Amino acid sequence: MPDLFTNCGGITSPNPFWLASAPPANSGAQIQRAFDAGWGGAVWKTLGQPIQNVSSRFGATNVRGVQGAGFNNIELITDRSLEINFAEIYDTKKKYPKHAVVVSLMVETKQEWKDLIKRSIDAGADGLELNFGCPHGMCERGMGSAVGQEPRVNQEITSWAVEFSSVPVLVKLTPNVSDIVPHGLAAKRGGAHGVSLINTIKSIIGVDIDRYVLEPRVAQLSTNGGYCGSAVKPIALHMVAALAREPKFGLPISGIGGISNWRDAVEFLLLGSSSLQVCTEVMLRGYRVVEDMIDGLEEYMRTHGFERLDQMIGKAIPSFSEWGNLDLNYETVAKIDADKCIGCHLCVVACHDGAHQCIHPVKDGKTRVPVIDESECVGCNLCKIVCPVDDCITMVQVDNGFAPSTWNEHVTQGKPLRPKKGAH
Amino acid sequence: MTDKLGDNRSEEIFEDFKGEYTREQAVVEANRCLYCADAPCVQACPTHIEIPQFIRKIATGNVKGSARTIFESNILGMSCARVCPVEVLCAGDCVYNHMGMPPIQIGKLQRFSTDHAFDAGWRFFEAGPDSGKSVGLIGAGPASLACAHELRREGHSVTIYEKRAEVGGLNTTGVAPYKMKADRSVEEAEWVLGIGGVEVKTGVTIGQDVTFEALENSHDALFLGAGLGADTAMRIPGEQLEGVHGAVAWIEKMKLAKVPASARTCVVVGGGNTAIDAVREAGGLGIRRVVMVYRGAQEKMSGYRHEWRAAQVEGAEAQWHALPVAFEGDGKVERVRCVKLDDAKKPIPGSEFVIDAELVLIAIGQSKLGEMLATLQGVELDRGRIVADEHGRTGRKGLFAGGDCKNGGKEVVNAAAEGKAAARAIHDYLMGGTNA
Ligand SMILES: Cc1cc2nc3c(=O)[nH]c(=O)nc-3n(C[C@H](O)[C@H](O)[C@H](O)COP(=O)(O)OP(=O)(O)OC[C@H]3O[C@@H](n4cnc5c(N)ncnc54)[C@H](O)[C@@H]3O)c2cc1C
Ligand SMILES: Cc1cc2nc3c(=O)[nH]c(=O)nc-3n(C[C@H](O)[C@H](O)[C@H](O)COP(=O)(O)O)c2cc1C
Ligand code: SF4
Ligand code: SF4
Ligand code: SF4
Repeated sequence: MPDLFTNCGGITSPNPFWLASAPPANSGAQIQRAFDAGWGGAVWKTLGQPIQNVSSRFGATNVRGVQGAGFNNIELITDRSLEINFAEIYDTKKKYPKHAVVVSLMVETKQEWKDLIKRSIDAGADGLELNFGCPHGMCERGMGSAVGQEPRVNQEITSWAVEFSSVPVLVKLTPNVSDIVPHGLAAKRGGAHGVSLINTIKSIIGVDIDRYVLEPRVAQLSTNGGYCGSAVKPIALHMVAALAREPKFGLPISGIGGISNWRDAVEFLLLGSSSLQVCTEVMLRGYRVVEDMIDGLEEYMRTHGFERLDQMIGKAIPSFSEWGNLDLNYETVAKIDADKCIGCHLCVVACHDGAHQCIHPVKDGKTRVPVIDESECVGCNLCKIVCPVDDCITMVQVDNGFAPSTWNEHVTQGKPLRPKKGAH
Repeated sequence: MTDKLGDNRSEEIFEDFKGEYTREQAVVEANRCLYCADAPCVQACPTHIEIPQFIRKIATGNVKGSARTIFESNILGMSCARVCPVEVLCAGDCVYNHMGMPPIQIGKLQRFSTDHAFDAGWRFFEAGPDSGKSVGLIGAGPASLACAHELRREGHSVTIYEKRAEVGGLNTTGVAPYKMKADRSVEEAEWVLGIGGVEVKTGVTIGQDVTFEALENSHDALFLGAGLGADTAMRIPGEQLEGVHGAVAWIEKMKLAKVPASARTCVVVGGGNTAIDAVREAGGLGIRRVVMVYRGAQEKMSGYRHEWRAAQVEGAEAQWHALPVAFEGDGKVERVRCVKLDDAKKPIPGSEFVIDAELVLIAIGQSKLGEMLATLQGVELDRGRIVADEHGRTGRKGLFAGGDCKNGGKEVVNAAAEGKAAARAIHDYLMGGTNA
């Protein structure tokens, strides 16, 4: 049985799956139910001076019939009193000593940070998460992403927290920056034990086209919100990987953003996350989604020969390189398995209109299996992406007789490049 | 055990009515499932399999986890995937029905995951540490198999007594071959018993070879999973003629050996699911004309509507409000003499008619086996059924029951649920908790 135990910056839990700081981690009763369902940890809904929320608060993107492929919210931090929150943290920690209970905080002054950190630790927090990420509402008050976007402020507040805290401190980074690395480094200089990312992405989820008002609508107005859910996973993966491969960084990472099943979880682990936080998928489908995350991850580890998570964390990082290091002479073409093809011609139209016009229908009235003109196919992958049948289109390597050469090698050493394809 | 079944069995010419899914078919269907909370499909399943959870795991590619979810609730999940009448169980309650859309193909998805588990040789459960207690199980049908498995998980030693040579009960000898063939049921029984520590004594009839009391003395508790008895006879002239069979007996022969299919016409008497199965099986063996003779109206037949519709598509005929009064012929049956019935089921004078038939299958019910226990103190019978509570506890100390002998004849999945529930109660009883 593989061991799912994890240690993220000194915060340990029986498995890497934590609820992200958000509505599913709003109260003790919820978090305790989540632990019973299998979650290994939770980052408490951000505490600070309790706020007042609007209604409604959430919006979603629907993509070709899938509801909630992307999700957005305009809610703020906790609206519950600090006394109740701390009492529930204490109760939860007492009942679940092995689970990770991390308290997320967002306040303004140094004194407030000091107070809330002390109260969190007194209540039994295993760690703290500094919310420097919320892209709406709080930043206008000089908190949230207003802090996260300013490395100097980030570093300073982090250093306060580290000074006041006897438990590990994670800094939750905002993705609303052009390059995540300086922000991760700022947290490191401030003394953080790790970082969590990503928080939500500044967004407008949609427009009510009959009322001419943004969504989610609050009376006749709305505002930009924070984007999250499955749709943001690629952005989150990139930011996690960018920090994980940065030699000057080297801190543990709690990966967040669009994790909705065990496969997503494996990807975040392979790109350097040592714990995994989930919000939207739980909001959309409930705590029960963790069952598949756990047994899917366990089976993955078994079939790939991993006994512990640290054997797989970051394993895909070495494959993340610069464009200039990619082999320009590596050539693939698409092949169709005629037995599998169902004749939908999605590949034909995609290649004709969106790629290199090299998949053609056979016009003999006998077959709907298209043919690929391999001399023109640039191996772009588009047809494979649109084909609805598993393994019907595969990208096959072609031996073109050219030794590997990257752009960098071509420029610096004059290595020969194969002739371009499809560039008429 | 599998090779005990001969080859060249009549049932082998049947093909699966609901074929298996490829991976991508399964994924497409799985992604259609809404992952309902407190899902109605789960409530409709007698074993309460977490259907949305196992389906989601197919969608994420976690087939092993999916199979585990199924078997955790129902260790006979492989055969149930094929033989359950999902149209009136889980899929019948799928919320898509309310949208006017085809329900999720839960049976086919379940088959996908469980077949995978069998092919890959996955096992999910281990026997518990030896408890020192021993339980005797009468019958090796679905009820006893489910019960035995659960008892082994608790470490109780288990002996199954089965009068037939084959294990699996009616799952092996009764279910229609276009749903599942006998060898697959035997294979399942072996897989279930693969948990280890179960002794199976075949060819032993309790009440005949071993008395019930003797059995009681050699075990700490007993489970009765003996199912139902033989086909009920019509008690009309000519029933002894060659070519007249009880349907369940004929089906058993068709599944385990060979039955002649030379008849030009087959008459099936009855209107339940066994009757419809017999109709479809006779047709499937190549008998041109198959006529079901039922004493009531079409709407009143107890057989499932979807099954009868399928039989009609395959060309079956029916005589409603009709009753055979005699089978006629010279040594072999040649004709069935029938009479029409009025709404009060009384024969209508002068309504007699004759169907030429060389094969007659009587499917008007199975006798109850309860009589074997009728004299035992504390055992209560209700029209031949063993009376037991929802945990399978009978009125007699240490005696538990489940499956057809308790419920009067339902489905494999009910037997599986009742066998497992009884095992929980037996465990409590053995560990000094509640008494039977
Ligand atoms: C023709 C037919 C078709 C069916 N088709 C379906 C279907 O498609 N789907 C479905 O879900 N259900 C179907 N059923 C119902 C289903 O088969 C039963 O509900 C289920 O098998 C009951 O399980 P059980 O363990 O209670 O009894 P059984 O399966 O009847 O098993 C009882 C076992 O006990 C043995 N036994 C009996 N008496 C003794 C004794 N004195 N000593 C030792 N052993 C004994 C018997 O030989 C038998 O092996 C069908 C039934 C019939 C008759
Ligand atoms: C409704 C909602 C409220 C949130 N509130 C907080 C919060 O209070 N503090 C915080 O750090 N992040 C908050 N987040 C961000 C999440 O913790 C998480 O970083 C983000 O949603 C990305 O993860 P996901 O794709 O799994 O949802 C919130 C997100 C949502 C959808
Ligand atoms: S989800 Fe619950 S709180 Fe939100 S609008 Fe619906 S009923 Fe109200
Ligand atoms: S997209 Fe796939 S299935 Fe459709 S025509 Fe092309 S190869 Fe065939
Ligand atoms: S009721 Fe239908 S859609 Fe809902 S969980 Fe069950 S199978 Fe899926």
